[in-house]
Amino acid sequence: MTRKMNALMVLAMLVAMVVGACAKKTPPVARPMPPPAVTNTGTLPPAPPPPPSPVSEPVPVPPMPVEDAIGSKSLDDLNRDSPLKPLFFDVDSADVNTEGQQLLQANAAVLKKFPAWQVTIEGHCDERGTAEYNLALGERRALAARTYLVSLGIPADKVKTVSYGKEFPFDAGKDDSAWSKNRRAHFVITAK
Amino acid sequence: MTNSCYPLPALAALLIVASAAVIAQQPAPPQGQQPTSVELRLTGDPGSPPRLAVPDLLALTPDRETQEAARTISEVLWDDLNFEREFALIPRDTYKSIPAAGSIDAVPFDRWRELGADGVIIGTVQKTPTGIRIEMRLYNVRARQSAYNREYTGSAANPRVYAHTMADELHESQRGLRGVARTKLTFASDRNREPVLNTVEKRDVKEIYVADYDGANPRRITINRNLNITPSWSPDGRSIAYTSYRSGMPDILISNIYAGTMESPSKGAGQNFLPVFSPDGTRLAFMSTRDGNSEIYIMNRDGSNIMRLTNNPAIDVTPTWSPTGAQIAFTSERRGQPQIFTVNIDGTGLRQISFESYADRPTWSPAPHNEIAFAARTGPGFDIKILGIASGETRQITFGEGTNESPAWSPNGRHLAFSSTRAGRTQVFTVDRDGRNLRQITKDGNNTTPNWSQ
Repeated sequence: MTRKMNALMVLAMLVAMVVGACAKKTPPVARPMPPPAVTNTGTLPPAPPPPPSPVSEPVPVPPMPVEDAIGSKSLDDLNRDSPLKPLFFDVDSADVNTEGQQLLQANAAVLKKFPAWQVTIEGHCDERGTAEYNLALGERRALAARTYLVSLGIPADKVKTVSYGKEFPFDAGKDDSAWSKNRRAHFVITAK
Repeated sequence: MTNSCYPLPALAALLIVASAAVIAQQPAPPQGQQPTSVELRLTGDPGSPPRLAVPDLLALTPDRETQEAARTISEVLWDDLNFEREFALIPRDTYKSIPAAGSIDAVPFDRWRELGADGVIIGTVQKTPTGIRIEMRLYNVRARQSAYNREYTGSAANPRVYAHTMADELHESQRGLRGVARTKLTFASDRNREPVLNTVEKRDVKEIYVADYDGANPRRITINRNLNITPSWSPDGRSIAYTSYRSGMPDILISNIYAGTMESPSKGAGQNFLPVFSPDGTRLAFMSTRDGNSEIYIMNRDGSNIMRLTNNPAIDVTPTWSPTGAQIAFTSERRGQPQIFTVNIDGTGLRQISFESYADRPTWSPAPHNEIAFAARTGPGFDIKILGIASGETRQITFGEGTNESPAWSPNGRHLAFSSTRAGRTQVFTVDRDGRNLRQITKDGNNTTPNWSQ
C-alpha cells in the first residue's frame, strides 16, 4: 500500500519535473507554471492528472526510501534542523533523567529508521565549572547519552563521543537560561 | 606532520639574537678600581630596596631606528626590573628634566641623588653595519662609580630582547635572583575569529600562541583551524604539548616551535587531554578516556611505556608534576566535589590536599616554595588560591573580580599566570604570589589556559 503510494508520488514528481522543464521553454508569460510537487508532508498531495504523453516507457522507481525529506537532505541541512534533539543536564551532572530518557528514545527511533547514519555525540558544559574539569565532565555527558542509546539497541559503532568542555557554548549569555542550554549532549550526524 | 605547524623563524632569529648578545658580551672596560663583587652590589636605605632610575638610553647615531631602540630598551628594562620588586623603580616621568648624560662617563650624580636614586642605569645605543651595539652601566649614585657593565651587539630587529637580557643579568648579579624577563607564556586564543570548519554551529577556532612574559611579540604556533587548548612548555622551552581537535577528536600534539615540526605521541588512541611535561622533559602526564573513564596516565614523550596512574570510577583530571618528578598532583571528584590530590608516580601515597567546595588546575611551584596553586570556587566564580604543602595553610590571592582560573607558576616561583574575566572577556593576567603586581597580558579575543616557560 505504502510502496504503491510512494511509487505514485515519485511518478507524479517526475512528471511534474518533465512538465516543468517543458514549461520553461515556452514564452515567459504564455501561461501559469504548474505548481511544484510537494512530497514532504504527511498527507498526500493531490496528484496531477497523468500527462498525455506519447511515451509509454515505464518510469523506473529508485530503490531509496523516500518516506520523508530527511533522507534526501544534505548533512549540513540535517544538522541545522536536526531530527536528533539535544539532551540537557543538571548542574555538574551527567545523569539522564526520565525526560532525558524519553528524548533519547525518540532519538533512537530516528536512528533506527536511518541505520546508515554515523553520529557523534558532543558533550558540552556551562561556564561555571573550570575549563579543565569540564573536559572530563563533557565526555561523561556524551558517554551517558551514548550508553543509553546502545542499551536501546543502537549499534555502538554508529555512535562516537567527543568532549568540548566549555569551549563551544551554544548561548554566550551569563544567566541560568544560557547555562541550561550549554549543559548538553549534542548530536551531530557525520555520515549517512 | 609539519603542514599545519608554524615554524617560528622570527622567534628563532630572536633566540639567536639573545644568544649572540650573550656570546658577544665583552668584558667591561677596565675601571679605575676593581672593587669586589660584594661592594658592587647596590644598596638602598636600611630595610628598603635600592631606588633605581632608568632614563632613556643615549642614541649615538641620529637615525630613527636607533632613537626608538634607545627609548624602547629603557622602558622595557624599567618594566622588567619593576616586575620582580627587588628594586624600587623611580617613575620615568619624574626625571625628564634631568639632562641626558653627555656620554656614558659623564653622569650628573648630584641630580640623581636629589631625586633619591641609589642607582641609575645609563646606556648608549649605536648603529653598526650589522645591527646595533648597546652599552649599559649601572651606577652607584652614592659612591659615584660604575657598579655593573654590559655590552651587547646583535640584530636591531627586536630591541626588547636586550632589555630582557640586561634585566635578568642585573637581577642575577645584584640580587642573586633568577629573573623571568626572557621567559615566555603560551596560551590558547580565539583572537583570529576564524570559524571552525565542518560544523553548522557558529564556533571560533582556538589556536596556540606564544608571547613574551609581558605579552609582547605574540605569535601563533598552530594553524589547524580547529580547537587547540591547554598548552604546556617542555622544560627546554623548545616544544609545546597541547590538546588539539584537528582530527575531530581531542588528542595530544607536541609542536617543536623552532624546528617547525610536530609529534603525535598518543597516536590517536582514545581521547587525550591536558598534557604536561615532566621536569626532565622525558615524559608526559595527561588525562585520557581511552579506558572508558577519565583517568591520569604517564607516557614517554614518544608515546611509549604508557602507565595508568589512577583507577577510579570518578573523574580524575588535570595532572601536574612535582618539581622533582616524583609526584603528581591532580583533580578528582572521588570524594564528592572536585578536589586536589597528590600521589607518587608509582600510584602509592594518595593524599587529598584541598578541602574546597570545588578545586581544579593544581600547579606545583618550583623550589624553594613547596606550594600548589589552584582555582577554587569562592562564589559564583573561581579564585586563585595557594596551598603550602608543608604548612597545610591556604591563602587566597584573587578576590572575586570576574572568575579566575588555570594558574601556572613562573619558573622562579614568584609569579602566577592565570585567566580571568575581570576585564570582560577571558584574558591572561600575571600576579605575584602575594596577590600584588597584577598585570593584564592579553587584550585581543579570549585567551585561556596560560603556561609559563622555564
